[in-house]
Amino acid sequence: MTNRKLYVARSPRIAARKLGEEMLVMSGQGSTLFTLNPTATILWQAADGATPLDEIVERRICSEFEVKPEEAMRDAEALAEDLAKHGILLISEQPIPKPVSSVQESR
Amino acid sequence: MPGLATQVERYSVVISIGGVSVRVNTTDADFLELLQDRYAGFMSAEERAEFDFNVDLSPLAFADPDADVSVTCRSGRWFMERGDFRAEWEPATGTGRIYQSANPYSIDSVLRIVHTLVMARRGGFLLHSASAIRNGKAFLFAGVSGAGKTTISRLAPADAILLTDEISYVRKLDEDYVAFGTPFAGELAKLGENASAPVAALYLLAQGPANRIDPVAAADAGRELLANMLFFAADQRLVHSVFQAACDFVHRVAVYRLTFLPDARVWEMIG
Repeated sequence: MTNRKLYVARSPRIAARKLGEEMLVMSGQGSTLFTLNPTATILWQAADGATPLDEIVERRICSEFEVKPEEAMRDAEALAEDLAKHGILLISEQPIPKPVSSVQESR
Repeated sequence: MPGLATQVERYSVVISIGGVSVRVNTTDADFLELLQDRYAGFMSAEERAEFDFNVDLSPLAFADPDADVSVTCRSGRWFMERGDFRAEWEPATGTGRIYQSANPYSIDSVLRIVHTLVMARRGGFLLHSASAIRNGKAFLFAGVSGAGKTTISRLAPADAILLTDEISYVRKLDEDYVAFGTPFAGELAKLGENASAPVAALYLLAQGPANRIDPVAAADAGRELLANMLFFAADQRLVHSVFQAACDFVHRVAVYRLTFLPDARVWEMIG
């Protein structure tokens, strides 16, 4: 675990929809469909670009799952990086401004 | 003194599928006849059409007969290409041009692509599925090749109106999804009826030892629906539209897994 602040934001290139209990997200570039697991879904929903990752982990993940904060943070960083590799999330050490237009999650 | 200009006869037909009309213009009377035969039942007597395509018939010098279909958009103009055709279409003006030899398969593919692009903008879609109307309601039967689309179509009772055994045409009209008949035939080699009805259910086909219907979780339904949709373009906005259409459809329409024996009793469970 590092001391740097990380910020995560939903990629504007992604469309997402919760169907039943599952969050489906689709990349517009490769037409690739992903299904997010419960932790990834929480991360996706909380990824507003303004809330630091450690705050998301503390408030949203540790309260939902029985997990130690350090372990949860390590897992969340790895998960965020994995989602970023697939173009689902954006990661930055600075707050990420909202794009002018983005595809919103629909319900 | 005879005029120097040669007058070229132009022939036109308007093909209306899913309520979307496309005028096809050609200078070849034999090709016109071929189109009239191929799309019988889907010809419109209307003079006006939403889209207008000129067909240039000539052997394609560039053609690679094995080339996959490619659909790209540049500066508001769509370019479609496969081993046997090349086409372009500008939605803003509603006009396009197709380069192909005199065969019915190339223009059929162009029409399928154009309709998928049109529907993607309008919340509808084309689906690898058979469909039929029974008791005023439409039922879709989706699956990959070999799943049973042709079989379920062949087993349809006399009171069912077969819309297609291969490619279903689904539009969102107001808050309802409506299935339309298509001339896009599969192994039955039989055009669908030019009819429409609100969609009552989507069945995901599986063949098994007994006839049964099982519910499908929404996310599974969405994934399978997307997997069976026709879509060709690598265009982010349209991909997102298609995704949202699939999610909206499974939110509004009942989706089931239909496991069936290849016998007509399966239709006792439908409609």
